[in-house]
Amino acid sequence: MKPGSTSAACAALIRRDLTLVWRRRGDALNPILFALIVVSLFPLALGPEPENLRRIAAGVVFVALLLAGLLALDTLFRSDYEDGSLEQLVLSPHPLSLLLACKIAVHWLTTALPLILIAPLLGELLHIAEPVRWVLPVALLLATPLLSLLGAVCVALTVGMHRSGMLVALLVLPLYVPVLIFGAGACNAAQSGLPFLAPLLWLGAAFVLALVLAPLACAAALRISLS
Amino acid sequence: MPSSDFHDRPALLEAHALAFARNDEPIFGPLDFALHAGEVVLIEGDNGAGKSTLLRVLSGLLAPTSGEIRLNGEPLTLARLSPQVALLSHQSGLKPELTAMENLRFAAGLHGVRKGISPATALAGVGLEGYADVPTRQLSAGQKKRVALARVLLAPVGLWLLDEPYANLDLDGIRLVNRLLENHANRGGAALITSHGAYAYTSGTPRRIPLRHGESGEAPSHGSGELTSGGSGGSRNAGTSIAEPRGEA
Repeated sequence: MKPGSTSAACAALIRRDLTLVWRRRGDALNPILFALIVVSLFPLALGPEPENLRRIAAGVVFVALLLAGLLALDTLFRSDYEDGSLEQLVLSPHPLSLLLACKIAVHWLTTALPLILIAPLLGELLHIAEPVRWVLPVALLLATPLLSLLGAVCVALTVGMHRSGMLVALLVLPLYVPVLIFGAGACNAAQSGLPFLAPLLWLGAAFVLALVLAPLACAAALRISLS
Repeated sequence: MPSSDFHDRPALLEAHALAFARNDEPIFGPLDFALHAGEVVLIEGDNGAGKSTLLRVLSGLLAPTSGEIRLNGEPLTLARLSPQVALLSHQSGLKPELTAMENLRFAAGLHGVRKGISPATALAGVGLEGYADVPTRQLSAGQKKRVALARVLLAPVGLWLLDEPYANLDLDGIRLVNRLLENHANRGGAALITSHGAYAYTSGTPRRIPLRHGESGEAPSHGSGELTSGGSGGSRNAGTSIAEPRGEA
């Protein structure tokens, strides 16, 4: 009577979550549509002058993706909490933080990565400047996993509450603001021809720190939410 | 294995003065009982008596307000408990978008598999052959319960905590649960089950723990008198004798 290996458990969880996303693939398009709509509204509101749009392009794309990510955050644990799979996850003999890290990774892969892939297109809609064109995806690649990890902790804390959407937004925004400042800051620096490596490195350092600590905090928060 | 051997070892699960209160409102306890390998014990109580809460406390999901739980004679921690316990709670833990087989395969990956059983045989064991590829969403409430029971059956654990395993099941399903419990007890496992009525047992009554809201429930009116005695006495071996009404196939 011995439990299976931890890697088998992680693989089973990743396979299940990917299958679930595929079965609900209609929902997976929502964040992309949201970001597309937000970004395409800006030229309509501000007028089509490329000069105006170019100045704000990176910032707008960054904010649109951040909000789209916030929209998708609630789905991370919601259905697992409602159907009782979260209980089973907590009761499994494997480290909960590792299983949650797998869940967050799949969530990032299926919600944030598609957004990063369409970010260059969104940038073109706003006449993004030449040097920012490749700094933006790099900044997003570092910033979005950080956002997912920070967001997961806040969602884990509130998953037991009904209608927790507003609370999650309030908890998450103060944590998201520094990420936004560094990410958009790198893009702005690149646009003005200034060195942009430092903010990117800060993002990378914060990402590594969150990768280690957030799953642990997330596991502790979920145990509290379930009790 | 002769049943007297079960009691020479420390009890699989022991509770001493176990109580739980939510926001200072007592939910159950203090309770004293012991559960030995090979035993099936029925927790009885009305709606709101704290049966489900008791199972959640015993599964380690909730921390007791006071009292102590011992697992094989040692204090309980989630890390020590989780490889040994399978919980069937009100929520099935099944994904409606996945098929019965996919749900079981995931459970097998997460918790491991009991020797000599596979997701396919577990599904057949609960009478759902032919439903492997049906999305769980399309199954009836009773069939979902059976899939959840298959998950419990699959887990390589000794202790089953089943919350209302008879709910939503037809007569055939009730017999099935009794048969699964009997087999589990016979191979040295133990189970705690809750029920708000004794309709499932027509004969061979198992040991009972009566629960009443906010009380220790002393002076049980059900006659088995096992509540605070820590599982001593003659009715112990009644645990394995859950009788199923045999007869029609």
